Amino acid sequence: MTRVLAALIAILVLALPAQAEKVVAGLSAEDIGITASFDGSTVLIYGAVKRDAPEPEGRLGVIVTLEGPLQRVTVRRKSRAFGIWVNTGKTVVPEAPSYYAVAASAPLEKILPPALDALERISLPLAMQSFAGPLGENDTRPYAEALMRIRSEQGAYQLKMSRVKLVQDTLFRADFDLPANLIEGDYKARIFLLRAGTLIDRAESRIRVRRVGLERLVYTLSREQPALYGALSLALAVFAGWAASALFRLIRR
Amino acid sequence: MLQEQSRSVAMQIYLPIAEISVNIFLLLGLGGLVGLLSGLFGVGGGFLITPLLFFIGIPPAVAVATGANQVVASSVTGVLAQFKRKAVDVPMGLVLQAGGLVGSGLGIMLFNYLTRLGQLDLAVQLAYVVFLGSIGLLMLQESVRALRRSHRTDLPRPKARNHGLIHKLPFKVKFRTSGLYISVIPPLLVGMAVGVLAAIMGVGGGFIMVPAMIYLLDMPTKVVIGTSLFQILIVSAFTTMLHAITNQSVDVMLALLLILGGVVGAQVGSQLGARLKAEQLRILLALLVLAVGVKLGLDLLLPPGELYSLSTGRTR
Repeated sequence: MTRVLAALIAILVLALPAQAEKVVAGLSAEDIGITASFDGSTVLIYGAVKRDAPEPEGRLGVIVTLEGPLQRVTVRRKSRAFGIWVNTGKTVVPEAPSYYAVAASAPLEKILPPALDALERISLPLAMQSFAGPLGENDTRPYAEALMRIRSEQGAYQLKMSRVKLVQDTLFRADFDLPANLIEGDYKARIFLLRAGTLIDRAESRIRVRRVGLERLVYTLSREQPALYGALSLALAVFAGWAASALFRLIRR
Repeated sequence: MLQEQSRSVAMQIYLPIAEISVNIFLLLGLGGLVGLLSGLFGVGGGFLITPLLFFIGIPPAVAVATGANQVVASSVTGVLAQFKRKAVDVPMGLVLQAGGLVGSGLGIMLFNYLTRLGQLDLAVQLAYVVFLGSIGLLMLQESVRALRRSHRTDLPRPKARNHGLIHKLPFKVKFRTSGLYISVIPPLLVGMAVGVLAAIMGVGGGFIMVPAMIYLLDMPTKVVIGTSLFQILIVSAFTTMLHAITNQSVDVMLALLLILGGVVGAQVGSQLGARLKAEQLRILLALLVLAVGVKLGLDLLLPPGELYSLSTGRTR
């Protein structure tokens, strides 16, 4: 009896217009396989804004972020010692994303209030804060900046904002170019729906990036059977060396 | 469902251990170039391949370990040819080996320690600068002198220098192929030094082993190359195994492409080498060794474009 009642209440609650607008999102691929010929990939994140009331006033904004698996990164700084350039200082960033990109339907500063950015850590410097600690007074700041600069140059962090295409304030899509130097793991996509600077709804999805086929085999073998892997690498080298000299001897004859 | 991307026009290959995507032809070309030089000069070519791999963005640990694996392939080719000519002093090779294995074990320990300190790149660069610089100069000086001598044949060839100290050491052994009766201590030490270098620099050490055998051990030139290759083969095989087990940094896909390019290049190189004079070859090799040394030395001395560098740990 109580169960039926609870279910009825649940249905009622769901039917209530708790939120006037909701975001529904999908991914072009939930799995990306890294094969030997892998040279980057494009991920399309698309979706729609679901409404059960007429569209409210205010500017609609959609922001999509894509974040790669977290890694421990050591940032080292060179300085001159004894006339040569040597690594002298270092900072460890315990969890830095291997990839980070933001796409928005309009320039971030126009649709995203700084307070919300700080809370949700959307823009790159703020996203980095949650990994590198506050970038401010302390001396780790240049290291965190260097991390962002180097990764941006490599294309792993995309500072240049890509566009979220918003059609009739209802349908949206964002394209992300994943670099060829992708690492394995779960890539997290976050979708934020904003109306006049307030967060209305959010959604999250995951893309699994895995080595497949030969790549998977080689990698697993090197981690789980390192001795066998080493022996196989050697056998391959010895065979190649022998085969080459045997082959060229045949040719010369 | 797995989505496979194949925009195969660029012929990129994703290296499973290095975790980067590189052009196949670039790797085959690098292997071929180094193979050409090794065929031309009778060296393993490790001293070139490792810095070149750094340059195309392969992580240093992977470059060093995979370089060692590549040296195995090129030295197998070489040593087989030398065995046919009976130009391998096996007992001498074994003594050098014994030192080499100890050295390579020590080298791996040092390698891992330096990696933790963040000074691996510096150590590798310094080692290259010091060894390539001094050996390049020695070789250049020696081969210029030899070239002059070959023009004026009336002058007698200076006698090989005798190292008084070396002949006073205990544990003397007869090395028949080399025609030497010397203590085992100097070859043990030479082998050990080369083993340490092999592990840290990802090189076979031929460029240091060959002059050490000629100038320090007074071995006859005809057995030097074969014996050095024989020793390098075992030491770099051992180094490859240690790197595979302790760092898991041997990239077999990378090694395979370098080896494929390398074996072809080596054959072309040895054909080409047969047409050049030995003295000219040695001057060319000396200049090449010096050029690599100077380039790496300048990198240490000149202010770098980017002061910061990143290294990543395991993915969470």
